[in-house]
Amino acid sequence: MLQEKLQDVFNEPGCSTNQAKSEKERKKGCSKALKPGAAAGGCAYDGAMIALQPIADAAHLVHGPIACLGNSWDNRGTRSSGSQLYRTGFTTDMSELDIIHGGEKKLYRAIKEIVQQYDPPAVFVYQTCVPAMIGDDIEAVCKFAAKKLGKPVIPVMAPGFVGSKNLGNKLAGETLLDHVIGTVEPEVTTPTDICIVGEYNLAGELWLVKPLLDEIGIRILSCISGDGRYNEVAQAHRARLTMVVCSQALVNVGRKMQERWGIPYFEGSFYGVSDMSDTLRTMARMLVERGADKAIIDRTEGVIAREESRVWRRLEPYRPRFDGKRVLLFTGGVKSWSMVTALEGAGLTIVGTSTKKSTKEDKERIKKMKGEEFHQWDDLKPRDIYKMLRDSEADIMMSGGRSQFIALKAKVPWLDLNQERHTPYAGYDGIVNLCEEIDKTLSNPIWRQVRLAAPWDLKPDSRPDAKPVGA
Amino acid sequence: MGNIQRFPHSAKAASTNPLKMSQPLGAALAFLGVDRCMPLFHGSQGCTAFGLVLLVRHFREAIPLQTTAMDQVSTILGGYENLEQAVRTIHERNAPALIGVATTGVTETKGEDMAGQYSLFRQRNPALAGLKLVFANTPDFSGGFEDGFSAAVTGIVEEVVQPSETTVKGQINVLAGCHLSPGDVEELRDIIESFGLSPIFLPDLSLSMSGRQPDDFTATSLGGVTVERIAAMGASEATLVIGEHMRVAAAALELKTDVRSVFFDRLTGLEASDRLVRTLSELSGRPVPAKLRRQRETLVDGMLDGHFFYSRKRIAVALEPDLLYAVTSFLADMGAEVIAAVSPTQTAVLEKLKAATVMVGDHSDVETLARDADLIVSNSHGRQGAARIGVPLHRMGLPMFDRLGAGLKVHVGYRGTRELLFEIGNLFLSREMDHDEHGHAHGHPHGHPHGDGHEHGQHCGSGSCGCSAG
Repeated sequence: MLQEKLQDVFNEPGCSTNQAKSEKERKKGCSKALKPGAAAGGCAYDGAMIALQPIADAAHLVHGPIACLGNSWDNRGTRSSGSQLYRTGFTTDMSELDIIHGGEKKLYRAIKEIVQQYDPPAVFVYQTCVPAMIGDDIEAVCKFAAKKLGKPVIPVMAPGFVGSKNLGNKLAGETLLDHVIGTVEPEVTTPTDICIVGEYNLAGELWLVKPLLDEIGIRILSCISGDGRYNEVAQAHRARLTMVVCSQALVNVGRKMQERWGIPYFEGSFYGVSDMSDTLRTMARMLVERGADKAIIDRTEGVIAREESRVWRRLEPYRPRFDGKRVLLFTGGVKSWSMVTALEGAGLTIVGTSTKKSTKEDKERIKKMKGEEFHQWDDLKPRDIYKMLRDSEADIMMSGGRSQFIALKAKVPWLDLNQERHTPYAGYDGIVNLCEEIDKTLSNPIWRQVRLAAPWDLKPDSRPDAKPVGA
Repeated sequence: MGNIQRFPHSAKAASTNPLKMSQPLGAALAFLGVDRCMPLFHGSQGCTAFGLVLLVRHFREAIPLQTTAMDQVSTILGGYENLEQAVRTIHERNAPALIGVATTGVTETKGEDMAGQYSLFRQRNPALAGLKLVFANTPDFSGGFEDGFSAAVTGIVEEVVQPSETTVKGQINVLAGCHLSPGDVEELRDIIESFGLSPIFLPDLSLSMSGRQPDDFTATSLGGVTVERIAAMGASEATLVIGEHMRVAAAALELKTDVRSVFFDRLTGLEASDRLVRTLSELSGRPVPAKLRRQRETLVDGMLDGHFFYSRKRIAVALEPDLLYAVTSFLADMGAEVIAAVSPTQTAVLEKLKAATVMVGDHSDVETLARDADLIVSNSHGRQGAARIGVPLHRMGLPMFDRLGAGLKVHVGYRGTRELLFEIGNLFLSREMDHDEHGHAHGHPHGHPHGDGHEHGQHCGSGSCGCSAG
């Protein structure tokens, strides 16, 4: 069954990369085969957890040995404005005996305990490699538990060894489509209800966007899954419009919601000034097309005009400070590209980027935008990045946490663009935050000090306090 | 290993806010204390990614850690090919001195024959004879972090150490358990060298994990004990074995080399430090250096100044077993009452714990047991529960991702004990000062040894104890 599901997500008509492939290539899936001894990145279970854990009032129970949760819980920056139950780590902590006798009974008892003690609106149960190997029928246990306990108990079938984090994202989306979306009817609907897919409220980013939507009069009926509530996610099928944020990962949710409930979707981004404005405009236009009051278009333009002029005014002070500063962007993700225009608007120069995760179209787009001179690296080794930074080919690197020490050990400023960061970069205010963070890092006085030679490495005449010869 | 069922185990089916970390992670840490090493998990890539992130957050260092990237097919058909390819790739790209392979739940459930795979690999790859390869069986589904660390150290001893006909005067081995931070190892080196002895630490995290500034990019561990030094351990005069979980490795070392072992169950506390110093003095035949004499004096003085604040304080401790033993013993030494000692795994050292309740459990058990405690001592994962019940948390162990310098904390020897004594004592002291300032306004007594934990909680938002960090 999982195999069928995998073939289903590998064939995604809504994904242009996918459709550009041959039939045979498509069957192999989206991620490149991993090379033993030279692989990096999370597994499918990791990806599923990233996509679903932001549903804050649900319990998230991991069925597996301790490694899957014990080594990983409490390490993500997604935030909730209410229930904090999602931050509690639950696992069946399978022992040797559970593996010999099967873990199904323990799993049921664990679900029951959680329901009795925490009374969450739903329990998500994550399949992992070991129970998948020994044949624990998690779907059956969940079905049984749901009936017995009178609560949705949802099996998330994404054991780590089926593939990458990105695949896990998709499988999580499928889980929501199969078990959650469409199971609860909202009390009230409005013509401006939207569903946002693929926004995880990292560092509270959604909260930089929501006030603007409120002002325009657009209601987030359901966010999948940042600051999410189980019942809101279950009501997503009554939205008038879906916005898919992290397009490569969860476009399957947007497309299937269109298929099943006729909800149109668009791919948008909250990162960067022009992308943010485009997103708001598209949202308003598509809602009006579906019968919302035309007035929201004017209100949207009003908000955009005000916010854009405000944001450029606020970025102005950074311009002289950023003059001539070169940024190395090291994150294949599309979202960072939305920020590029804004960063350049603030006076920064982007010297190059990795395109490991980018599609062919992305690369063409970058080439068109930046010209042939611009560096695009497909597979830049950490050693080469280190050397570039050491040779001062950039003033700051922006990347995910994984590569932070490449920059820091080269004694070059570094800024986190990934999920572990603590500052929200979405929306208009987010771009100002980003520039403030860059400025803080670039202007920190430590850089000169940490590059000083140790006293024992100094030649006698180059000591700072040495008298110049002949003085 | 994890099968001695002597102590009550949390009755829950759902481990909630786990304290336990997996065996392969412990093995990875041990391997990271060897110079130019690449630890390799034989399992799916997620096993490695999670372990990597946890160690990065704790040490704030780049962590070399690779994976055999098992997928569904190789899991079922057998993982030898992935393993061989991984080892060869790592050898070609990074040329490490040692590759430390740790199995995971995936390969152990399948039942991969690691001894067989080792022989097969050696047979098929004669060109790689110079590469040291250590295979450790570290299933995720039994034991925990400490057991994995122990398995890796034992594996290194068996693969690398050479017996020796001769003895190098003044050279001693130290099997350093995972309850010792890089800072602890550095402190021990100082102490041992001050007797004119030359220690070989296995593993030596102080050289690799304490914040290196490399001249060039390295994909393997940088620093740590070299393979050559490990090989030379057979020529030492004695082996200091630090921690119960190092006993298996110690036995392997003794069997191989005939170097006698001196066992230390802990190095935190006055008497424990005295024993270390006495042993070193005997081994070296030298008097105790003036520096250590001064340190002992100041520790005694610190105990006199500090005992007021420790007496009958009710403390819950949840840490890896050997650290749990060291900390609870130290607290008992200071007159505090350990109301609960929670261990992630069943292990022999729990027999020796002095605590009202000893159990195998998780952070949610601590939350229940510590409701009227004055303090919780645990890793950073304890902060959510501590905040909920309003009890301050003193962070120790791993992971400690919300504090700088987690790897450099020192709690061994006279100086380390003194540091720990002051850190915990200051938490009590500051709360009693708070009570003096606010107690009357709130109308409840202060400085009472059995004070109500919930009321304590209300004074606990200043951040000094970390409760507000949740």
